Amino acid sequence: MTNLVEMRGIEKRFPGVHALKAVQFDLRPGEVHALMGENGAGKSTLMKIMSGIYPRDGGEMFVDGKPVRPDGPRAAQDLGIGIIHQELSLMNDLTAAQNVLIGREPRRSFGRLDEPALNQKTAEIFASLNLAMDPRTQVSTQTIARQQLIEIAKALSYNPRVLIMDEPTAALNDTEINELFKVIEKLKADGVGIVYISHRMDEIKRIADRVTILRDGAYIDTVEAADTPLAKIIQLMVGREVTQNAPIIPDTSQNPIALEVRNLSRGKEVRDVSFDIRKGEILGFAGLMGAGRTEVARIIFGADPRDSGEILVAGQPTNIRTPHNAVEAGIGYLSEDRKHFGLAVDMTVRANVAMANLTQFTNKAGVLDEVAMKDTAVKYIDQLGVRTPSDMQEVRLLSGGNQQKVVIAKWLLRDCDVLIFDEPTRGIDIGAKSEIYALLEDLAAQGRAIIVISSELPEVMRLSHRIAVMCEGRLTGILPGGADTTQEQIMELATQRESALVGAEELQ
Amino acid sequence: MTATTTDAPKSTLARIVAAGTHQRVLAFASLVILLIGFSIASPNFMQTSNMIAILQATSVNGVLAIAVTLVIITGGIDLSVGTMMTFCAVITGVVLTYAGLPLMFGVLAAVLTGALCGACSGTFVAKMAIPPFIATLGMMLILKGLSLVISGTRPIYFNDTPGFSEISRGSLIGEVIPSLPIPNGVLILFIVAAVTAYILNRTVLGRYCFALGSNEESVRLSGVNTDRWKIAIYALAGAIVGIAGLLIASRLNSAQPALGLGYELEAIAAVVIGGTSLSGGRGSILGSLIGALIMAVLTNGLRVLSVAQEWQTVVTGAIIILAVYADMMRRNKTN
Repeated sequence: MTNLVEMRGIEKRFPGVHALKAVQFDLRPGEVHALMGENGAGKSTLMKIMSGIYPRDGGEMFVDGKPVRPDGPRAAQDLGIGIIHQELSLMNDLTAAQNVLIGREPRRSFGRLDEPALNQKTAEIFASLNLAMDPRTQVSTQTIARQQLIEIAKALSYNPRVLIMDEPTAALNDTEINELFKVIEKLKADGVGIVYISHRMDEIKRIADRVTILRDGAYIDTVEAADTPLAKIIQLMVGREVTQNAPIIPDTSQNPIALEVRNLSRGKEVRDVSFDIRKGEILGFAGLMGAGRTEVARIIFGADPRDSGEILVAGQPTNIRTPHNAVEAGIGYLSEDRKHFGLAVDMTVRANVAMANLTQFTNKAGVLDEVAMKDTAVKYIDQLGVRTPSDMQEVRLLSGGNQQKVVIAKWLLRDCDVLIFDEPTRGIDIGAKSEIYALLEDLAAQGRAIIVISSELPEVMRLSHRIAVMCEGRLTGILPGGADTTQEQIMELATQRESALVGAEELQ
Repeated sequence: MTATTTDAPKSTLARIVAAGTHQRVLAFASLVILLIGFSIASPNFMQTSNMIAILQATSVNGVLAIAVTLVIITGGIDLSVGTMMTFCAVITGVVLTYAGLPLMFGVLAAVLTGALCGACSGTFVAKMAIPPFIATLGMMLILKGLSLVISGTRPIYFNDTPGFSEISRGSLIGEVIPSLPIPNGVLILFIVAAVTAYILNRTVLGRYCFALGSNEESVRLSGVNTDRWKIAIYALAGAIVGIAGLLIASRLNSAQPALGLGYELEAIAAVVIGGTSLSGGRGSILGSLIGALIMAVLTNGLRVLSVAQEWQTVVTGAIIILAVYADMMRRNKTN
């Protein structure tokens, strides 16, 4: 049987990252081929190459045995390749039908739209999906789940022979997932090849025929879904050597509690999360993308409102409503997106360090004291080992690791007792990573409470004194840190869906 | 896919109301309140002649507002419409007065010049990826300069072109119904509004206006040639500005090359008061029309009440802030 799609030796580089290293993948007609791997393994990148969104830097791709090089989404569509993106990419201000048939609107003469035909065509597609929705419904009024279904309808409207689904069930409840699986079965019967990306182990067993595993941008293996145990697949996914040493865990059990969170909830993103952290402790947060870790941090920091729950700092109840409140209470949050939220990259190191504390550096007339700012900046440059020619260097010219140190300096200056690091080493090279790790350990040793959110399991295991694992907004367990905890144990908690609960909530 | 939530088919009226038209309703209500308020305050306000004066005063700003609405719905902005209007008027002067061609050629020249200028702005934005604010700021200055250069900084009069001033000041309606001498300029405003509203809501071009403003990347990933459509939208907006150029030249019976700066802000103000979102994706021609009317009614009403002109400007500014604030409040509530 000829493969519908075959990819060999696919290479892709982004600035500073070798995203795909000689990756292979093939897809047969009428099969569901699951693509598995941890966050950042290269699944989405590979699929964006297949669907013409990214050009490939090397390798070959064949459709029906003929070499192809789709140079845009249109070209891929013409080859019969459709993709449902992980992030919703709908136009919220338009109706469902206008979204589904964007670019292919039925027209009358002079570019006039044939709106009844548009709605009719969309209604037919919805009917084939058993989707009860008025095509004239405005997208922004729909729930995320129903927007996802519109997205699926849009992909199907191209009558694709290859359909890529990137985490299609992330926002769906069980009933909706069952409907989706029915659609997938139907497409399979029609000979459509489906690439299925999901983090949910249970789904893989249910619908996948074969599974290809990627890890760190490299091809690992392709296995038959039916006769491969899940444990084997997980092991292939995380099988990276853990070269770093496990942390030496200090006894912090007698230290006072720095932060306590009770029954924190916000919509479906965060559900009834409770934990505490003592001074001097590093608490790691593990979980897959969308598990709700960043959301928890943002609520604690007052960046998002909470529906319910309490936040206690040093045993005292707080009323944190805004980031300003949180900082007053001694909580600092270092966002995963440094460039957007953490730094003014076009300004100097000196200006950035002083940014959150300008009142410390002003005289009564409000004039900035550059000398004091310089002294402080130089002090932190020394203390944190920021590699910069001077404190007047623009931050954008520093490497990722040194930028992160500038952010840390900024928060140290605010004298926060609780520091939340969201993906502290994202985009930072290996050498600088260990420096950041050492820095976090120092901060903990000084008696600060450190929360580290990371999608890289080795990083969580390398740093954490305790490991909190989240799945779908719930805290599914807290594991002890150290060498006794395995990646498999964490993965198990991270994929522990609570289907009944999901269904019940979404059906309201 | 769920049996639990179904969309009951709604009536057209319900859908129009649900489609985010609150701001337009609000703007319309404000307009009515203003009209009632001023007519109570001054018996002169409601006279037919005054109403016609208000409409006449709306015509140029209204047409410009319609043009800017298109661009703003795509998520862009057009700062060049004021001086572009003047540039179109000057080119019309060149064609009619300098070259002595018949009236029809002057009309064509204005519209084509506008479309060409718009296409230039569109190209800067789409192909050269210059932010619309900067691209049209540049165009604003270029066109202001060119107007002065071409005209030699002197007004161009249209005394040799019979019928030119009729474009704005004549009244086809008045010939049929003598008691209702609505000037042609107003008639043209309403025709432009109707045609543009049709284009916006019923054609592919209009659909892509909303789609681009809503999520440009998504439109691009759907395989649509977004650059081409963006240029087309700016060009259409330019053509409409060309019509505004004709209207103002006709009203003044001359092309005044020094005029134009400041009109773009009046137009943007009308669009904003009419409920079009500056972040793109939402907006309507009717709203902008009402916005332009509100501004004209305010200016006229305050003048009838003998309020100093300086204060009229202050009131307009306050109205803009109130209008946008009301819109933000409503949107926060629905989210």
